[in-house]
Amino acid sequence: MSPQLIAQNLVFGLFVGSNYGLAAVGLSLVFGVLRVLNVAHGELLMVGGYVTFWLFTLTGLDPFLSALVCAPVLFILGLALNQGLFGFVERLDEETKIKNSLLISFGLTLVIQNAAQALWTADERSVSSSLVAGGTVVLGVALPYTRLAGLILALLTIVALHQLLQRTYFGKAVRATAEDWEAASVAGIDVQRTYLITFALGAALAGVAGTLVSIQYSIAPAVGIAWTLKALVVVVLAGLGSIFGAFAAGLLLGIAEQISVFILGAAYREVVGLVLFLLVLVLRPQGLFGRPH
Amino acid sequence: MVTRQRWLIGSALLVAILATVPLFTDRRDLLNLLFLVYLAVCLGQSWNILGGFAGQVNLGHAAFFGIGSLVARNLWAVQNYPFSLAFVAGGLAAVAFAMVIGMPTFRLRGVYFAIGTLGVGEVLRLTTANALPLVSALPTELVNTYDLASRYELALGLAAASTLAAYLLLSSRLGLGVLAVREDEEAAQATGVDALRHKLAALAVSALFAGLAGATFAYYHVSYYPELAFSPHWTFDAVLITFIGGVGTLIGPVIGAVFYVLVREQLAVTLVSVHQVIFGILFIVVVLTLPGGLVDLSSRLRRPRKRAK
Repeated sequence: MSPQLIAQNLVFGLFVGSNYGLAAVGLSLVFGVLRVLNVAHGELLMVGGYVTFWLFTLTGLDPFLSALVCAPVLFILGLALNQGLFGFVERLDEETKIKNSLLISFGLTLVIQNAAQALWTADERSVSSSLVAGGTVVLGVALPYTRLAGLILALLTIVALHQLLQRTYFGKAVRATAEDWEAASVAGIDVQRTYLITFALGAALAGVAGTLVSIQYSIAPAVGIAWTLKALVVVVLAGLGSIFGAFAAGLLLGIAEQISVFILGAAYREVVGLVLFLLVLVLRPQGLFGRPH
Repeated sequence: MVTRQRWLIGSALLVAILATVPLFTDRRDLLNLLFLVYLAVCLGQSWNILGGFAGQVNLGHAAFFGIGSLVARNLWAVQNYPFSLAFVAGGLAAVAFAMVIGMPTFRLRGVYFAIGTLGVGEVLRLTTANALPLVSALPTELVNTYDLASRYELALGLAAASTLAAYLLLSSRLGLGVLAVREDEEAAQATGVDALRHKLAALAVSALFAGLAGATFAYYHVSYYPELAFSPHWTFDAVLITFIGGVGTLIGPVIGAVFYVLVREQLAVTLVSVHQVIFGILFIVVVLTLPGGLVDLSSRLRRPRKRAK
C-alpha cells in the first residue's frame, strides 16, 4: 500500500464524510433542541434532492446554486411539518415526546417515500454540475471538482450555522432552550417559536444535504431511509445533542467506511457504521464528543 | 374469570374452524389471503410484545423477520435439512441477533434501542442485497411436493401461538414486570424489577416470533429474493398493524391485521402505490388522536350508550 493510495482513501473518506456530517447536523440540531427524533430526516433530504433535480431539469440551474433555493423550500416544508405534526407532541414529557415523535416521523417516512414514488416514479435520478468533468491532482491525490465543491459547500453551511447559533440573539435563544426550556421560557424566550424555527432550520439543512447527495450520488424515493440511518449513526457517534460534534463524527464515519471498503470490499461498507455504533454505546455511551451526564 | 375462559374457548374454536378451511376449499386466492392475514397477526403480536407491553419502539423488526427467513430458507432449501429444524433454527437465530442489539442499547435509556434496531434492519438489508443479490427458486423435488394447505396451517398455528404467548405473558409475573417497566422504569427498578432483564425477555419473545414468521414466509415463497425478507415494509406492517388495532392490547394486533391486510389488498387493486400513503396518514392520525387504536375506538363508541342506560 503506497502512501499515495492511503492519502487518496483518506481524502475520499473526507468527501463522503462531509455529506454524512451535513445530513446529521440537522437531525442533531432538532433532537438537541426539541427532543424530537425525526426519522423522516432522510426523506426531507430526499425531497431536497428532488428539488435540485427538477430545478436542474426544468431550468438548467447549476445544482450547486440550487442549494440557495432548496434550503428555503425545505425551511417552509419544515415550518409546515412542525405546525401540522410535531407541534402536537411539544408539550409532552421528554420520554413520551421522543417516543411519539419517533412514531410520527416513522409514519411520515412512509407517506413521503410513497408520495415521492407516486409523483416522481421509482427511477434513480441524478444531476450533473458544470464542474462534473474536471479535477485536479495534488501530490498524486485526485481531487474531482464536484467533490471539492461539495466539501466546501458543506463546510460553508456548517460555519454559517455556527455563526447563527453563536452570534445572534436567535442562536442564544436556541442554545438556552436546548439547555433548559423551562428556564429559557422564564427568561422571556418564546420557546414555541424557537422550536418552530429550529425544526425548519433542521429541514433546511437536510435540503442542502439533499442537493449535495443528488450531485454526488443519485436520488430515488427509497434513499431517504439509508440517509436517516447514516445520520443517526453519526449522531450517536458524536453524542446525542452534540451539534458540531455531529459534523466531525460524519467525517470520521466517512473515513472509517472508506478504509473498510479498502480492506473488506464494498459489500460490507454499511456494516462499519453499525459496528462503530455498538462499540461507542458499550465503551463511550455519551458519544465521542458528548459530555457524560 | 368466567369471561376469560369463554374468550379462550371461543378463540380455540375459531382457530379449529379456520384450520378446517383447506378441507372445504382449494381456492388459492382465499387461502393466500388468509395466509397473509395470519402472517400479519404474528408480525403484529411479535411487535406488540416488545413495543406495546414493554414500551420499547423497534424500528427494525424486519431484521428479525429477515434473519429467521434467511436462516430457515438456507437450511431447508439449500442444505436439505427438514423444515421443522430449519423453522426452529430461524427463530433462534433471530433471538440471538436480537440479544446482540438489545444488550448494549437497553443498558442506556431512551432512543438508543430504536436507532440500533433501525440501523440493524437497514444494514442487514443492504448487506444481504450486496452479498446475496440473486433470486433463488426452490429445488424441483420441493416444488413438486409444495402444497399451500401446509403453509396455511403453519401460519394459522403461528398466529395462534403468538397470540397465546402474548396472553400467557400478560398473565404471568414476568409480564407484570414488563408492564411495570413500560409505565415507570425507575419505580419498577425500585420495587425490585430488573428492568434490563425484563426488556431483554420481551425482546427475545418478540424476536422469536418475528423470526418464525420470517421462516414461514421462506417456506411459503417458491422464488426467494433474500433482500425482500429484510425490506423495511415488514417493520412498517408490524407497526401499522399494532397501532391501528390497538397498541399494548392482546386483541389489537389481531383486529389490526385483519383490517390492514383486507384494506391493503383492496386498495392495492385500485390505487397501486398510494395505499401506503393512506396507511401512513392513518397511522399518524392514530398516534396523534387515537392512541388506543380500533380496540379503543369500539369501546369509546360503546361507552356513551352504557351511560344512557
